[in-house]
Amino acid sequence: MQVEDGEVFGLLGPNGAGKSTTIKLLMGIIFPTAGCARMLGKPVSDVSMHRDIGYLPEQPYFYDYLTATEVLDYFARFHGYSAAERGERVQKMLKKVGLETAGKIQLRKYSKGMLQRVGLAQAILHDPKLVILDEPMSGLDPVGRREVRDVILELKNAGKTILFSTHILPDAETLCDRVGVIAGGKLRGVGAPGAIVGVKATGMEILFELAEGATLPETIRAQVTKSGAGYRVSVGESELYTALEGLRAAGARITSVAQIRPTLEDFFMELVGRDRAQAAAIEVSTQ
Amino acid sequence: MSRVLIVARNTFREAVRDRVLYNLVFFAFLMIASALIVGQISMGIETVVMINLGLSAISLIGLLIAVFTGVGLVSKEIDKRTLHAALAKPLRRWEFLVGKFAGLAVTLAVNTAAMATGLFLALWLVKHSIARGEAVVLVAVYFILLKLILVVALAMLFSCFTSPLLAILFTGGLYLAGLFVSELRTLQVTNLTPEMQKFFAVISYVLPNFGNYDVMGAAAHGREIAGILILHNTLYTVLYCAIVLSAAAVIFSRKDLK
Repeated sequence: MQVEDGEVFGLLGPNGAGKSTTIKLLMGIIFPTAGCARMLGKPVSDVSMHRDIGYLPEQPYFYDYLTATEVLDYFARFHGYSAAERGERVQKMLKKVGLETAGKIQLRKYSKGMLQRVGLAQAILHDPKLVILDEPMSGLDPVGRREVRDVILELKNAGKTILFSTHILPDAETLCDRVGVIAGGKLRGVGAPGAIVGVKATGMEILFELAEGATLPETIRAQVTKSGAGYRVSVGESELYTALEGLRAAGARITSVAQIRPTLEDFFMELVGRDRAQAAAIEVSTQ
Repeated sequence: MSRVLIVARNTFREAVRDRVLYNLVFFAFLMIASALIVGQISMGIETVVMINLGLSAISLIGLLIAVFTGVGLVSKEIDKRTLHAALAKPLRRWEFLVGKFAGLAVTLAVNTAAMATGLFLALWLVKHSIARGEAVVLVAVYFILLKLILVVALAMLFSCFTSPLLAILFTGGLYLAGLFVSELRTLQVTNLTPEMQKFFAVISYVLPNFGNYDVMGAAAHGREIAGILILHNTLYTVLYCAIVLSAAAVIFSRKDLK
């Protein structure tokens, strides 16, 4: 697996797939039994490169009796900033993560979402080249998730390289240039979110409205379902024009025609399902 | 500021705000206050009683803080994963460990100094003066502090490779064994097989000699403490801590954190 300079790379996988383990290996929190990893051209055992890396741990937790300002000041000290620089950076980061009014409160009074924001602030405090975020949206409400998404996009626009793990697939689809899918401890695929699942459409979806008393064409009648005020029908690409002609003949008003593509979620669920089926088979064979 | 000092400063700040520490120091002052009362009813030997009780209180409370906080220094950081963000900074694991140790050592020094001030205050309340001979109490307090620093180093070593409960038990056990090192050495001249004599000799030099730090009797009776003992105990603590912390750093640097 390789993450290119300046890209946003999403590490996807279900719980227990090995996403956090991979990130912990990169950050030197645990050690590999085999193999090697390099970041910014250096082996991961070299902590000097941590100057250029920002890391948000999964469900971050900090010192209970310190305030957010003090904790951020503590982390800023490792980067050798002067007192004035530290003060400025800490305030800027608190503002960026929406904690400017809570900077003087001890962290034991913080909610999980607020701690997540402090975690994000300490990860980007020193303007790192590479930002590694382990489940950055975890524990956040929709507003918080949106804010984190904005911060990631801001970092991306600033040319930073971002590696983040998530099991929230829409976030990965929105933010990532490429994704890597881990399931059952193995990397199952790497590529652009669209490419990894294949770009080929699996069918066409037609949304339409029909006047009261009008009859549906015989060819599609069985597949039509109600959708809000109108109807929906899925047909194969080769059957699209026949279906449209039939609907026009019936006096239907076509509101939408769209390709049906497999989503990242479909791909993800298929992998997970395959793994679970294999795991069940192993359990049966070992009994 | 070096990275060790950054961690030490943070450890000190966190410890100072922890209410458990205040409770313990408050308890020490309570014991010193009770020494005041006991001293007043011990006709003629009030100073001896007060110094003995006061120093015992400082030692006991200090030991509780050293063992429990010392074990928690690393294990709590691992458990709560507070150290994950710190280790993602340009900080080596040994620097983190030594910084934590230094932070707690400074905390203990401040606590011990506060409790010693309480003891001297109690002595002054009873005698309305502090004699020059009572300066030896300061040496006794200094020895208590050295002992506590060594206990912290041991607690940190054990917490690097075992559970907090076992680390507390191991540290407590080693402390108790270390109190009897001189007795172990005298066992060599009794009726033992040569192998057993060698075994006890080795053990008596490997175990931390906590008996050396106990000068409470001399302090209570105003007897002088030799300068060479002060130098010996200081160097012994520095060397023993260096060895214990090196071992802890080697273990901690290879440890998979959860």
